[in-house]
Amino acid sequence: MKLRTALLWAAIVLLTVLPLCLISAPPGTDGLFGGSDDRAQQAIGTIAPHYKPWFAPVFEPASSEIASLLFALQAAIGAGVIGYWLGLSVAGERARKSKASAQDQRAD
Amino acid sequence: MHIMEGFLPPAHALGWAAVSVPFLAWGLRSIGRSLQAHPERRMLLGVAAAFAFLLSALKLPSVTGSCSHPTGVGLGALLFGPVAMVPVGFVVLLFQALLLAHGGLTTLGANVFSMAIVGPFVSYGVFRAAGTLGASRSVAVFLAACLGDLATYVTTSAQLALAFPDAVGGVETSFLKFAGIFALTQVPIAISEGLLTVLVVNAMARFNAHELRALPVMTLRPLRAREGA
Repeated sequence: MKLRTALLWAAIVLLTVLPLCLISAPPGTDGLFGGSDDRAQQAIGTIAPHYKPWFAPVFEPASSEIASLLFALQAAIGAGVIGYWLGLSVAGERARKSKASAQDQRAD
Repeated sequence: MHIMEGFLPPAHALGWAAVSVPFLAWGLRSIGRSLQAHPERRMLLGVAAAFAFLLSALKLPSVTGSCSHPTGVGLGALLFGPVAMVPVGFVVLLFQALLLAHGGLTTLGANVFSMAIVGPFVSYGVFRAAGTLGASRSVAVFLAACLGDLATYVTTSAQLALAFPDAVGGVETSFLKFAGIFALTQVPIAISEGLLTVLVVNAMARFNAHELRALPVMTLRPLRAREGA
């Protein structure tokens, strides 16, 4: 792995992990690292306390475990396709290189 | 950036849907044409869609003490143009609305507008602007993905502010409140998305140079060459 690639990965990991280490005092009362979508929902509650959602989700995951299962599935589908492409690409590059070096040897 | 199911008044929900539908049709036509003319691009389009699928499932912690997710649509916008990402974003958001109770059907139009229209168009615009100013490909890709991601969350904040103006300060106060929740949380996550997009584009430039040649993301070099000449 090239140095620049390694540094980029390190920066991504740091950006994700540092908030977990640095933030300790809860700014709200509802605990840390909830979803910002839920916070927006609470903000709507304070701005328009009388607003009632007029439509309910057609299907709701039975528990947070089921929800994380579906999120993991979504990520797995994405990662699977990307992995397939990367594997194919690396193998293709290797095949091209070995073909080229075989031709070089024949030329010698 | 998901506006929850039922959390936009019917008029707003309909309005955003009406705005998004033409973009969706335009996007489908654009993808169809692109694949018909260049079937070899199917793989890269799949990777771009998979990138959006993967990234929008990852909820990352942020400095504000709450979690949010990247969108992943910037990559595809740079490869295939901004409209191509509208159907991709639509599929991701539909999946989450139907199966995860994340976002919703009534708010789908508004969510498509912020994530699948504003995000990709801002990414593409930033990329072009950065290229014209002489930025290298990596810098332009980073800025494009990062600012496109951020623009999505600013758009969501504006959409909610329009629907729920503050009783005293009006839309403006409301916007600052929602932007404080969404846009601020998004800053480190948008930076991560920018860096990750650079990594993927670098890999594509190495492995798929042939397919990339005619795509927007590779047109930076000729531009700079022209300036140098």
